Amino acid sequence: MELGSFSDPSQSTFSLIDEDHTFANAIRFTLNQDPRTKFCGYSIPHPSDNRVNIRIQTTGDPAKDVFKDACQNLMVMCQHVNRTFDKAVVDFKMSKSVDGMDIESNS
Amino acid sequence: MSSDNEDTTSSSESEQSDSGRDTLEFIEKLSDVPMGKLPTHVDFQRTRVDCRADAPVHTDTFQYSGAYASMGVDNSLLDNFSNNFRVEVIRLEKDEMEFDMIGIDPAIANAFRRILIAEVPTMAIEKVLIANNTSVIQDEVLSHRLGLIPIKADPRLFAFTENDTANETNTIVFGLKVSCEKQAKRKGPKREGQEQEGQTRITVKSKDLVWLPNGSKFTLDSEGSNSSSKSKTYTSFSCSQDSLPEFSSNPIGPTDGDITIARLGPGQEIELEAHAVKGIGKTHAKWSPVAPAWYRMLPEVILLKDIEDQMAEKLVATCPVKVFDIEDIGNGKKRATVARPRKCTLCRECIREGKGWEDSLSLRRVKDHFIFTIESTGVLPPEVLFTEAVKILLDKCDRAINDLC
Repeated sequence: MELGSFSDPSQSTFSLIDEDHTFANAIRFTLNQDPRTKFCGYSIPHPSDNRVNIRIQTTGDPAKDVFKDACQNLMVMCQHVNRTFDKAVVDFKMSKSVDGMDIESNS
Repeated sequence: MSSDNEDTTSSSESEQSDSGRDTLEFIEKLSDVPMGKLPTHVDFQRTRVDCRADAPVHTDTFQYSGAYASMGVDNSLLDNFSNNFRVEVIRLEKDEMEFDMIGIDPAIANAFRRILIAEVPTMAIEKVLIANNTSVIQDEVLSHRLGLIPIKADPRLFAFTENDTANETNTIVFGLKVSCEKQAKRKGPKREGQEQEGQTRITVKSKDLVWLPNGSKFTLDSEGSNSSSKSKTYTSFSCSQDSLPEFSSNPIGPTDGDITIARLGPGQEIELEAHAVKGIGKTHAKWSPVAPAWYRMLPEVILLKDIEDQMAEKLVATCPVKVFDIEDIGNGKKRATVARPRKCTLCRECIREGKGWEDSLSLRRVKDHFIFTIESTGVLPPEVLFTEAVKILLDKCDRAINDLC
């Protein structure tokens, strides 16, 4: 990972190795959701390189902190998705087994 | 909001020249400037894709948190994500599941889909040691076919291969030894076009692959092989895999025993050893655990006007997926109703003919409602695959944070 300008910490480019649209697009979303972000975007310089550049310009806070917060926000989202999904699957299995019993008792 | 407002504003300004504040108050009091709430047409653009006969419109999502700041609306999803996000399981079978993911941005939903296809690890045959192959199918084609067979082994119990060393923690070894007897010895009914009784072809199926929990049985050719008491093989297993508690109860094998690998004619045979290792779909599709995983946005079909009688019948007949039904509204009149909007594939056949249809019928997609379908190859149950995918995205974030420190 590389950082951009040292003179102005509020704008930097992060170069992530071994990442692609999967992570970059998701993190761009959480960055955009942060009101401190003035601009953010990502690019893949060459399709053969396993590298993605994420550009962040903020309203004043260090770009590094904003990026870190975006990662944390994405993690919080993922954990919530996981919990909700697991609960939905358990509920579905429960309701299925109850339905199955109903059918058996009716027949 | 229109020229009307501007006119009144400018006139009021001319009357009270000094008071910019009064003007502002006046504007804020205007009833058609909603504060803290989006006007319906803007909200429609935000939440729906409108599918017109020529092309869909409002296809973007508005990600920027301040997109509606001028209307006093906070566009950041994060704060109320935990309240709004829902998952509803529609169908859950052994190898397939369908669920609705509601209240999530396509960027995140797509990350899960991409991870499912390309980054959830599985086991697949990577190395094939061929001792004998006299069948018509060439060695490299045979190896490729073997690679594509899904292996029923929990990939979470294995490690990625490092430095090309095969041991019991990263490799599964299968043996395959089949031959087709020349004549007479094989019993079987005489088939059409067959010259002699019993001369028949056999089909090599994936069930013929035999799991070798003790590792490779082929010995390495080296000078010292005769002198050493135990000759070295292509793998170095320190213990038998079936002695491990995870595998003793459910032995490893292909997910399906009925996959054709090759066909043998009389006198042909295949003897080989296949080594399965852990990998991800990004490297080769044979490691992809899904076949495949996809999502679509929830279709919404709205009748803007009543469609009656012949028009209704025409509408029902046009739709190839039977989205519409007809209901009787008395007096021998019939009216079209939207019965199964979820089935709509957005073929737009119903609005293709003329402007009239487009005015009476609106096809939309809900931007934050995803109908997610996962079809597993049988390696892991689909619900486990999804949780694995979420964990992988978590790991990615974790790694990015650690890289920053």
